[in-house]
Amino acid sequence: MKLKSCFITFYKFSVTAFMEKAIKKWFPLFALPTLVSFAIAFLVPFAMGIYLSFCKFKTVKKTEFVGLDNYIKAFSGDKDFLNALWFTTKFTIVSVITINLIAFIFAMLLTKAIKGTNFFRTIFFMPNLIGGIVLGYIWNMIINGVLFYFNATITTNANYGFWGLVILMNWQLIGYMMIIYISGIQNISPDLIEAAEIDGANAWERLIHVTLPQIMPSITICLFLTLTNSFKLFDQNYALTAGAPGNKTQMLALDIYNTFYGRVGYQGVGQAKAVVFFIIVAAIALTQLYLTRSKEVEN
Amino acid sequence: MADLNKKQWTTEPITPVDSPEWRQFLAGAAKDMNRKQLKTELDAKQTTKGAKPKVPMTGKDWVKFAILVIISIAFIVPILLVLMNSFKSTISVSNEPFAFPSGDTFVGFDNYNNGIEKIDFFPAFFRSIFVTVFSVAFLILCTSMCAWFIVRVKTWYTKLMYLLFAFSMIVPFQMVMYPMSFVANQLHLDNMIGIVVIYLGFGAGLAVFMFAGFIKSVPLEIEEAAMIDGCGPIRTFFTIDFPILRPSAITVAILNAMWIWNDYLLPTLILSNQERTLPMAIQYLRGGYGSIDMAAMMAMLVLAIIPIIIFYFSCQKYIIKGVVAGAVKG
Repeated sequence: MKLKSCFITFYKFSVTAFMEKAIKKWFPLFALPTLVSFAIAFLVPFAMGIYLSFCKFKTVKKTEFVGLDNYIKAFSGDKDFLNALWFTTKFTIVSVITINLIAFIFAMLLTKAIKGTNFFRTIFFMPNLIGGIVLGYIWNMIINGVLFYFNATITTNANYGFWGLVILMNWQLIGYMMIIYISGIQNISPDLIEAAEIDGANAWERLIHVTLPQIMPSITICLFLTLTNSFKLFDQNYALTAGAPGNKTQMLALDIYNTFYGRVGYQGVGQAKAVVFFIIVAAIALTQLYLTRSKEVEN
Repeated sequence: MADLNKKQWTTEPITPVDSPEWRQFLAGAAKDMNRKQLKTELDAKQTTKGAKPKVPMTGKDWVKFAILVIISIAFIVPILLVLMNSFKSTISVSNEPFAFPSGDTFVGFDNYNNGIEKIDFFPAFFRSIFVTVFSVAFLILCTSMCAWFIVRVKTWYTKLMYLLFAFSMIVPFQMVMYPMSFVANQLHLDNMIGIVVIYLGFGAGLAVFMFAGFIKSVPLEIEEAAMIDGCGPIRTFFTIDFPILRPSAITVAILNAMWIWNDYLLPTLILSNQERTLPMAIQYLRGGYGSIDMAAMMAMLVLAIIPIIIFYFSCQKYIIKGVVAGAVKG
């Protein structure tokens, strides 16, 4: 008996090893196409990007090592980068709060026994599929149309551009976040709600003590999705205001783009800004990873 | 199925789970064992087929319903405004965007003809389709194969590859865009074929990550059996794993199709101005010095939105599922 199981284990092990060996031979077919294009599109440019952020250059072929000069210039030269950082942070905070709040309210409404919930869901989700450039011009027309009655345009005042972007972002992302909240709410066991009802909890108490703790994973996902999407925003910003008036509504991604392609001799500074941008985005992503991991352990 | 087997012996009425498997099970059980009780159950199910559990709506619910109707109208209005304005003259678009076209402000399809001519709409449209279709097809094929290789072969370099793919997901595009356009230029990838390679490389991170997550849950025994029966790795992958990967492939396809179809910055940097994709073409309407021909713009926005809406309504179920799955895993 023991010998038999021993034999089976050995047999299984040798099959797995045999399989691995057989698959390994096919590396060029299975892994190489992806790996090569990944190297071209990501690995090599990423390594070059790190190096180039320490260089002064106009084309990549002729570089001159300047140390931390680019980083110093990025923060001290003109105030564009710091302004963009401040504008982006402000925008991110406002849009994360508004989008998640509204999306959650919609999700609560749509998980009730109301007619046509599927129809509403479909409508609310639709703007999410439209591309950033198209979205930007749709809202450019509408906001300019409203402001026309006040003898202004969206580029008259930086505040108009700011709130225009917030409205645009809400319109685009509310439906998406709502869907994630809905799937979270639908996963709550009805028994829990019922138990709370029997214990005499009112609607508000049920929301705070039952629903919210139960959908914490959905909340984490939505917060970080809106956070990274808002922080990395480019297309919408570019099409809606293009940074006007006077770079005041410029977000980080647009500022980096303009530094690269708008000013000759500043490519190194642009790359340095991009590295700083990368570090911030990576920090956000790693925080999310840490939070979701630690939650998983708790459960 | 084990769960269902248990239910069959309970005297309580079976909870109405309406799934194909359940029906098949009921039908099969009734046929094989000829149990009267199950048969009546099945009949009862068929008579109520398609009818949803009806909970009567109270007055409060009607208020909520009304609120939702108003909000959903507010959600569609921007698109309807664009549609309406696409039939108006340029001055009317910027001066009275909320007025219906009438009399001399109505210009018919002039804006459409004008815009199509100005930005070469149809070539741009077909270029976008070409890039999206081929990039997504290659992404699914190549990254699923690569993910299978990474999961099934366990050595130092597959672990390293997996880490690098995961790492690439947190790097924003701005970080690599300048060197990438240089590399693409040096390798003569700055054309319609080259951009497919670039999209394959840049989309590989998320796609490999998602496929690998799924492949880990595929039991090794099936593949072992196939291999013992004489299948080589290629046949094993394409006859066994590839069909099982369908749900993940749909998710990957939808996420990437949405990204590539709407992407503006990457094609701008890679392609020449003669090879504009749709988002580039729309941006092209903003002439120098920020002046925009708003009337033509409205017409082009309508043409850009229509295919997306058709696509959305034709495979809505997959799109919403795919996007949610992508959000949860990514």
